Parts: sequence; structure tokens; C-alpha cells
Amino acid sequence: MLIGLDMGGTHVDGVLIDKGQVLKTIKNPTRWDNLFYSIWTTLQELAEGVDLKDIERINLSTTISTNAIAENKVEAVGMIIQSGPGLPKEFLACGDENLFVSGYVDHRGKTVKGINKAEILAGIENFKEKSIKNCAVVTKFSPRNAAHELKIKEMIEGNFATVTLGHRLSGKLNFPRRVFTSYLNAAVSSIFRSFVQNLLAALAKAGITAPVYILKADGGTMSIDMALEQSVDTILSGPAASLMGLTALLPIEGDGVLLDIGGTTTDFFFLADGVPLFEPLGITISNYKTLVRSIYSHSIGLGGDSRLQIEKGELKIGPLRAGKPMALGGTEATPTDAMIALGQLTMGEEAKSVQGMRDLGKKLGLSSQQMATAVLEKMGEIIKEEIFLLLAKINSKPVYTIRELLYGKKVVPKELGLIGGPAKSLAPILGKKLNMPCYYPKYFPVANAVGAALAKITTEVTLLADTELGSLRIAETAYSEQINKGYTLEKAVEQAKELLAEKARSLGEKGKVEVEIVEAESFNMVRGFSSGGKNIRVKAQIKPGLSCSLRGEEDD
Amino acid sequence: MIKAKNKLGLVFFPAFDWAISPDHPEREERLLYTKDQLFEEGIEDIEGLTLLNPVLAETRDIQRVHFCVPDVSSRLTESHYIAAGGAIRSFQAVMNKEVDKAFALLRPPGHHAQRVVYGSRGFCLINIEAVMLERIRQEFGHFRAAIIDTDCHHGDGTQDIYWNDPDTLFISFHQDGRTLYPGTGFVEEFGGPGAYGYNLNIPLPPETGEEGFLYVLEHVVMPVLADFKPDIVINSAGQDNHYTDPLTRMKFTAQGYAKLTERLNPDVAVLEGGYSIEGALPYMNLGILLALAGIDYSNVVEPDYYDLDLRQSDDVTDYIKELSELVYHRWEIKEYLKEKEFKGLEEFTRARRIYYDTDGILEQQRETIHHCSKCSGLVVIDSKSDQGIGILAVTIPRDACKKCMQIGERLFRHPPGHYHHHYLQDRVNDRFYAK
Repeated sequence: MLIGLDMGGTHVDGVLIDKGQVLKTIKNPTRWDNLFYSIWTTLQELAEGVDLKDIERINLSTTISTNAIAENKVEAVGMIIQSGPGLPKEFLACGDENLFVSGYVDHRGKTVKGINKAEILAGIENFKEKSIKNCAVVTKFSPRNAAHELKIKEMIEGNFATVTLGHRLSGKLNFPRRVFTSYLNAAVSSIFRSFVQNLLAALAKAGITAPVYILKADGGTMSIDMALEQSVDTILSGPAASLMGLTALLPIEGDGVLLDIGGTTTDFFFLADGVPLFEPLGITISNYKTLVRSIYSHSIGLGGDSRLQIEKGELKIGPLRAGKPMALGGTEATPTDAMIALGQLTMGEEAKSVQGMRDLGKKLGLSSQQMATAVLEKMGEIIKEEIFLLLAKINSKPVYTIRELLYGKKVVPKELGLIGGPAKSLAPILGKKLNMPCYYPKYFPVANAVGAALAKITTEVTLLADTELGSLRIAETAYSEQINKGYTLEKAVEQAKELLAEKARSLGEKGKVEVEIVEAESFNMVRGFSSGGKNIRVKAQIKPGLSCSLRGEEDD
Repeated sequence: MIKAKNKLGLVFFPAFDWAISPDHPEREERLLYTKDQLFEEGIEDIEGLTLLNPVLAETRDIQRVHFCVPDVSSRLTESHYIAAGGAIRSFQAVMNKEVDKAFALLRPPGHHAQRVVYGSRGFCLINIEAVMLERIRQEFGHFRAAIIDTDCHHGDGTQDIYWNDPDTLFISFHQDGRTLYPGTGFVEEFGGPGAYGYNLNIPLPPETGEEGFLYVLEHVVMPVLADFKPDIVINSAGQDNHYTDPLTRMKFTAQGYAKLTERLNPDVAVLEGGYSIEGALPYMNLGILLALAGIDYSNVVEPDYYDLDLRQSDDVTDYIKELSELVYHRWEIKEYLKEKEFKGLEEFTRARRIYYDTDGILEQQRETIHHCSKCSGLVVIDSKSDQGIGILAVTIPRDACKKCMQIGERLFRHPPGHYHHHYLQDRVNDRFYAK
């Protein structure tokens, strides 16, 4: 049995799934004064009447870290930043204290200038005086060579409750994002740790021994241990849980678009060959651009409660919210009223909705029914245009090879999936406008919890081999070994696969590991007039996926 | 995050799957470390910086500038259509006001490619900047342009293409042709009769440093630009004046290139040469990019910048002062010099031997420019390669008068002698004919 739990802003949703069958769903209001209580009661309700030994795992999507950042209730952080030559360093300052240190590693991972110990020791004295307990160490090009981050850590260890190292959080090259990601990680790590301690204690007391996994923004999970080290990866996992739920309820195998149409906003997600698209670099939270791997999503102000206006003889919808529909006592007609007036939705007083549509229609010379139809048509039009706009952007992402430019994969959606209140009304309209089959699940009260329950471990590995320097490095773990001149791209791909599988198992993956090679490049290095070696770069990942498919209900 | 003062469009296309040959300087690895440096700096997140993908140049874009022998498709590879298309895309972004400035950071380069193309010379097959500029003029209407070539090698291809075009000022400063490929680019190469004085060369002595380059910029380039008043300034931003470049002998730096870019303030910069791929290009490209975007570049330095003495000698300083004075003086009296050079001549003929070092081809070329009082004059090229191919290539210039047009068309239809191919580039109607 699997338990999935998603803690959102208004509700905590939970689901109990056994062999692809949803056994139980729970929806509780979120108690902001006691987030742990909200989760714990939901867990207890789910586990009620179940033999605790049958629970295989608990997958948890939490807003603990997200809220701490959004409300700025984070802990003080001292940043040690080695910025080397390049952009001005001042804009990197974040957290409470910033110590910019000398020395640097270049783009190939060669140490150009070592660290200055005195400088660092003096700096951390200052941190200690200010009672800073969390520290982050980030050096430029640390994914290429983490030696300086590791050396600094060794020097300062014992002085701080937590020390975050930049290279552990991502193998991608983007120093400013690595600095901000490390800051956020250090800022939330103690808060997340105390949440985990409470949870584990409560589980132990209740006799639940199933392992707990934490949802990430990329639609995958990680073990508790990993989450404690990389707490920042737990931010903004809610939308990812929803999307994973959608893919479970509406299996799309090719390219597709998924829409979550709510009261205030519509969220857009895209699938390429059935797999969610990622943000190119990472998610943005509270103005911090990070390297936290995340599912691509885009949100616009359009939903069932959007404001309807007639401007210069034209209907405008959103982006602002009008409030509840007139049928439920609202003061302005909304898209939800349009659906009620057309008899597609049964809710409140239908007559009020019809009246609202009639009043609005007068300005355009339309009957109430014509007006309601126009509202839904217009919503469909807005969504269609947004999809085209987003696809144009997605399909023009920068490429660096002739092969990719001329023959690279373009996302061309062939199917559309919808959830949310207006889904049923909009499905036929969007299907026609986009000329593709359009699906919506019949029943979806806790899609997010379903997504959480079925999510699998995801992780990635970046391997860099430089046969001229005779070195092989794994960017995210600082693992390194010596290699000889004969090392090849084929060997690198094999090794990356093995290392990734190993990493996945250490994170708790017990099933089959499906490795995807994202990048595999080998460059001939020429120094002087002869071939000096090979520069090999391989990136392997485990894509987000579902641990099993849902059985049962057939959907339209 | 950092914000750009000037909105900058960046076409970054390192062509990681294309090389002239595996060990050639123009190989896959060339912009690898530049990419690492730029992305580690986080340029993708700079507010006001937009990454753009290349479009593909079309055959007609190539024909507007070149006579490819026997034709465009048998000479070009995909990489050339993309490099030219990338430059076109960057310039379009400026013209469409999507951005204030653009940087086409791509390969292969182009400034050694002349009008006639039997093959590659100096790693160049087609002239990226010229193909770009002529396409943009066709798309957006004619305008006056200045091309400032800061590559260490003389931009002999660009010089050849704009030799007789009075609306395109070409200035090249480079290591003296007596000491470096392609062996041209002397002060006396001053333009054809229709554009005499609009081709300026500043051959610098080896070991020129920051001071010398910035002196030339301040005392020749900027004053000439102030006189010429171009609508658009294009920088052929070769980076091989660097002190670590393996092919040249100059002492220029990332800081120097950034200062030069900031002062020159071009609308579009296009990468040309530069083969110190690890020690120079990552820093110089970053410096140029920041200077174009109007972002502080003072912290962009090479690993050994502070350890080396990169000052030029006093002899070099004195030489450059005199040279700058000479070049600017000639610019000021160009009308007088033109009178002296061309008075009474009905047509002006040059005979040249052009060597295609990359492909090992030798071309014998006779170029005849008709001196016309109504237009810049018909240009006729009679050329033969040492592989035995002979061609006649006629260019009717953009501003051609009726008479020159008629003569050009007649020459194409009834060539005086036997040729394997004859071509007509009709710039008035933007048409190209081949027989």
C-alpha cells in the first residue's frame, strides 16, 4: 500500500492506494498555526483500519520550506563566496553575512589560485559573533572542481550547525543560481530538519515503519536523508504533485498539453514523449533564481471566477478575479455563471446566472445563451493563444549543434488533458480549436495526492572526463578518479549509468532504474599542433515517472 | 540579478558538431570553454539579455555577395548557412528593435572570403558580415554602414566585397601584412574609383598592446566615424590580437577588447578569428558581451593578467602615432587623392593572385571597374583557378545607371571569350543569373 500526501495552501490532501486502486481519499483544511498537526491527522486518518505492516511507503509533498522562504521565516545564513574573475560580485550578496574570498578555479577545473586560510578564519569569527548557525560555501566552477568548497568546509566544520556546499546541489554551470540555491538550502535546513524529526518521532510512536520519501519540484521523490541534506529541493513540489497526478489519471504517451483550470488561474504543463518538460535551469522562488530542478509550468489569470468586462465592444476575461458566481450570491457574472446558464453545471440559483449573462449580453446585443457561449469561446481562445505562445518559446530554446538546430526535437502536442471546475465545459471547445483529442478525468478530488503517492525517485549525475588532465569527476558528489588516455565516450556513458543506478539505490530506489542519457559529448582537444586528449561530458538522469498505473475508472 | 543597460541579443552558436578537420584551429572545441565561462557567469539570467537561435541564410543571400564556383550549394556546408543566418538573426533583432545591440558569437568565421569563392581561405568560405549586411539592407531598405574589423588578420575579404561601395566604410586594423597572413592590408589599399578613401587599413606592428589599439581607435576610427556618420556600425570582432593567441604576435587583452567595444559602441558585433580557446576566448567573449550590454567588466581578467608585462614598447607607441596621423590625413584628403589616381581613366583594372590557403587553390583575377559619372560603376571580374576553371563575373551595383546596367547585361549574355561559367549579380533588381 502506498500513501500519498500533499500539503497545499488551503488543504492537506491524502490518498491510500493499493495495487493501482484508490482505496481512500481525505481532504482536510490546512492549519497554518500547526502545519505538522495538519499532516499528522491526515496520515492517521489514512492509516486507520490498515495493517501498518502493509504500508510500503509514504510519499510526502510539503510546503514547510516553501512557506519559510515565502514568509521570510528562515534562519540566518553566513555566505562564503569565492567569485573569481568575471561579473561584478556585489549582486551575489544574499543571506545575513557575505564573506567574499580570494582564489579561484578556472573553467577546466584547474586551480589558478589557492584559498587564503587567514581570510576565511577571520570571516567566520565574524559569523560566530553574529550567532550565525548556518553557513553556505560556494565557489565558481565548483561542479568542475569542488576542492576549494571541500577545503573550506574542512576548516570551518564544527563551528556551524549546518554547512551547505554549492556543488552538492546541482551539476549545472550557473554560479549566481548556485549561490542563491545554496543560500536557500542553508536558510531552511534547520527548519526542515525539525519538521522531519517531529514526523519520524510521531511515526515511530504510532508504529509505522514504512519509509518516508519527500516530493521534489521535478515530480520525483528523494529519501529523507537526502531531503535533510538538500532541503531546498523540497520547495514548490505541489504543482509537480498535481501534474504527476494528472499523468496518472490521463495517460498521454506522446507530446501533450495539460491544463489545470482553477477559480483564479490556469496552469499550463507540457509533455514531451509522455514526460513532463522541465524548467531549463531551475525554479524561481521569492525572486531567487535557483538550480532546483523543476517541472515547467506557466500560470495565467484565467479561471471560473475571473472578471468579465466589455471594453470597446469586446469581451475581456481576467486576469483579475471577480469572486464567487452570481448563482452563489456573487455580485458580478463570471465564467462559472456562463456554465451554469448553459446548464453544464448545477450549482446555486441558475436564474441569477442567466440574469447575469443577459445583462452582460445587452452590451453586445446577445441573448443570455449567446453571451454564455461567447464567454466559453473566449476562454478557449485565450488558452489556445497562450499554448501557441508558450510552444513557440519552448521550441526556440537555444541549441548549440547543427544537428539540434536542423533536426532537433520540437514539442508538437497531439493531445490535451484538463482538470478543474471548467474542464468539462471547455473540453469540447478546446478540442475543436486546437484540433486534438481533449480528455478530462471524471473524478479528481485529490489528483495531487495521487501524484505524490505514485511518484518515483529521480536524480541525476554529471560526469566530466578530461583525458589530457587524466581526471574524471562527478560534479554533484565531488567524486574523482584517475583515467588514462584511452578513456572513451562509450566508457563514460557506461560509467555514468552505473553511478546513477548506484546513486538511485542509495536514495532508496528498490525497483528497476531507468536511466536516460541527456547529454553525451566528446571534444577533441588540440594543444599546439597535436591532439592533446578528449574532453568528455555525460549527463544521465532518472526521469520522473509513476511507480504503477491507476486501474479502474475509464475517463472521457 | 544584474541588469543590462543596453538590451542585448546574443546569438551563441558554437557549432559543436562541425570542424574543418579534427586538428584544425577551426574545430568543435573552439567555443567550448567560452560556453562554460558564459554560462557559469549566469548570462542567461541577465535582465535585458536575450538568447536567440540562428535562422538559415538562403542561397540568394549568398549570391547577393558572392560568386561561388560553380555554385552555392556545391561550396557551402550547413555550418555556413547557419553562421550567416545567425548573424542575420542578430541584426534583425536590432532592426526590429527587439534589442538595442546584438552579438553574433558563432563560427565558422568569414572575413577572408572575397567576392569570388573557389574554396576556403583563412578558414573562411563565405563572408558572414557581408551576407548579413546585404540581406538586412534588402529587407529593411538601404542605409550607410561602417564595418570595423578588429581581427588580428587583415579583413581582405570584406575589403574586396566593399572595395567600390561608397556607402560602406571599411576600416581594418591588424598585424602588419609583412608579418602575417594574408599579407595585405596596407595603407595604400584605399578603395576602388567609386569609393576611394572608404577602405582604410591600419597595419600595426607586432607586440602592439592595449595602449596602441586604443590609440588607433581614438585617433583614427572615432574621428573617421564622426565624419562618415554611418547609420549602423558593425564590428568584425576577431579575438586573435590576444597575447596568448597561437597564430599571431600581439599583446592585446580581455580588458582592452572590452574597452575598445565600449568606446566603439557598435550596433552589431560578429565573432571572427581567435584561437587561444582556453586562455583568452572565455574572458574576451565575456568582456565584449558585458561591454555591449553596458555592464561593469572591470573584473574580467585572464588568469595570468597581473603576472605579465603586457605594455608595448616606446618604439611601437611612436610608430603607431605616426601611422595614425598618416591614415587620418589620407582620409581627410581622399578627394584630392582620388583625382590624382583616377583622373582621365575610363576604366580601372587590377590584376591579383589570390591564394586559398585552407583549400590550396590559386586564383588569377583581373578586375575592371568602369569609371562612371552617374553611378559607382560596373564591376567585371575575369578569373581563373589553377584547377583550370575560368569564370566571368559581372556586378551591376545597387546605384547603377541605365547605361551601366545595359553594358552589364550585354556582357553576361555575350561574354568576350570562353568561360566555364559566367555570372551576373544584378543588385538593382536583386537578381542573380548563372550560365
